[in-house]
Amino acid sequence: MTATQAGGTPPGTSSKSWTVRTRDRMSRVVPQGQVLPDRQPAYMSSWIYVFGVLTLAALIVVIGSGVLLAIGGVTWWHVSSLGHFVNSLHLWSVELFFAFMVIHLWGKFWMAAWRGNRALTWMTGVLAFLGSIGTAFTGYLSQTNFDSQWISGQAKDGLNSVGIGAFFNVLNPGQMLLWHVALLPLVLGVIVLLHVVLVRRHGIVPPIDSEGADADVEDAR
Amino acid sequence: MSTATVTRPTHHSPRRGTPDSHGFPTRPYDLVKEFVVALVVVALLTVVLAAVFSSPDEKAITMADWAAQAPNDVVATAAGELAGTTTSASYGPPYNTAGDGQNLGPLKLQKWAGVRIPVDSAADLVLTPLSKVTGNTDLATALTTWNGATPDQQNKWASAYSDALSKAPDNDPKQVADGDYGPVPAISAAFLTLAQTGGLEGALTSSGNFYGGDQTRSLLLLSDGAYLEDQARARHLGGDQWGMMNETGNFPGQPWMWLYTFWYQVPPFSTSDNADALVWGLMMLLTLGLLLLPFIPGLRSIPRWIPVHRIIWRDWYRDHPRRT
Repeated sequence: MTATQAGGTPPGTSSKSWTVRTRDRMSRVVPQGQVLPDRQPAYMSSWIYVFGVLTLAALIVVIGSGVLLAIGGVTWWHVSSLGHFVNSLHLWSVELFFAFMVIHLWGKFWMAAWRGNRALTWMTGVLAFLGSIGTAFTGYLSQTNFDSQWISGQAKDGLNSVGIGAFFNVLNPGQMLLWHVALLPLVLGVIVLLHVVLVRRHGIVPPIDSEGADADVEDAR
Repeated sequence: MSTATVTRPTHHSPRRGTPDSHGFPTRPYDLVKEFVVALVVVALLTVVLAAVFSSPDEKAITMADWAAQAPNDVVATAAGELAGTTTSASYGPPYNTAGDGQNLGPLKLQKWAGVRIPVDSAADLVLTPLSKVTGNTDLATALTTWNGATPDQQNKWASAYSDALSKAPDNDPKQVADGDYGPVPAISAAFLTLAQTGGLEGALTSSGNFYGGDQTRSLLLLSDGAYLEDQARARHLGGDQWGMMNETGNFPGQPWMWLYTFWYQVPPFSTSDNADALVWGLMMLLTLGLLLLPFIPGLRSIPRWIPVHRIIWRDWYRDHPRRT
């Protein structure tokens, strides 16, 4: 039995197998050894770098506390002290998540972190920020309390004014809850995953003028 | 620790400019350890914040609360729904065709989206819930009279009563001046009674479905009254009080929405009937700018002009002085 017969296609040879092509494509997404490297460029030496991983860590806590809330159901936290505490965990993890993310975003702006073919990394980061705002907003609408009543009544006018409200009804907590716990986290999860993969693919952006080139801030492709 | 070592050959971008990060000298860096430490720190910080500050949970206003605290407002709202003068009754899409709604210049997005959540304020918010009330002959007679009148007559009765209520002391129905109001006072009074009994929510939300998960009608009705807004303003949550991004109590709310909320506080948005569409249009434009920042000449050069990066990478710049 040859290597090919055993399921292995020699590297560098073309194959008609969709599986082989997919595998080859996936193996090229991130340079070898860069998925989880144990070394980083020497210039990566600043506290600002911590805020990316802090954002990811906060997202994990947000999802974890949200899952706990989901176990109890929509109104559990109104009638249970434990539920209220879990809601508090969810709220404060979200506040931390946004604080870390905004600092991370500003840090990347001042680094002009889109340089060196990293425009898509920047754009997925912005989309993750927007997706997070939408997810948090639907959370506020799903609280089933006074805040939900008032915020939904206010928000409907903005959304209706541009036609979005006809499809995304903030006065319908059933729809908002499903967006909050299923649709938006799913979309956000995919965007964040793509963002992290792109970071690993291109590596950490080098310092501006690290080669003395004057045009590198504009080099966003 | 800065034991810089070269590990791979340098690969440059096709165009002269930013070098490949994989070609730089490296130093040991434990990503997994960093993530685990970050996770533990964030989790602990969250627990401490939750334990110390808790979270707000002010109970939702019920129709019975509204009826108990502001009965005159309930009566006035019911009359307004019948007269077609409330916010929901004159809203336009997506609820009805009473207006075109707002527009972004020539783009009538609200109108084009259509009436996808149909709400007839008089029928859905007042008359249908009342039609399910039994054992009230005065109400039954009033509803029969209302349903037998022409739309023009209905509007005259309801508008006259609505105006009279607004002129009465404290908007008190008992102190309304005499006039031809037809069955509207009886209908409005019965509506208040229904709200007081706590039966109004079910009549509004279930819409024939046992599982009433959609609160569109309840929230439209509540928003049509003055009580909800009064309560919100008392908590500094009004639209001109940065209300969209705040929540009850001393909690941070949604500070990430500061820019969106900011526009509502300043002219021309704060004085425009088209403010929502204008603010949304502006925010969509700004968001697009943020998304496409890497491609916008000038804006993408700001980090070079304001050299915050010299602080971020100060170690690197110290060891690698810029070539002249």
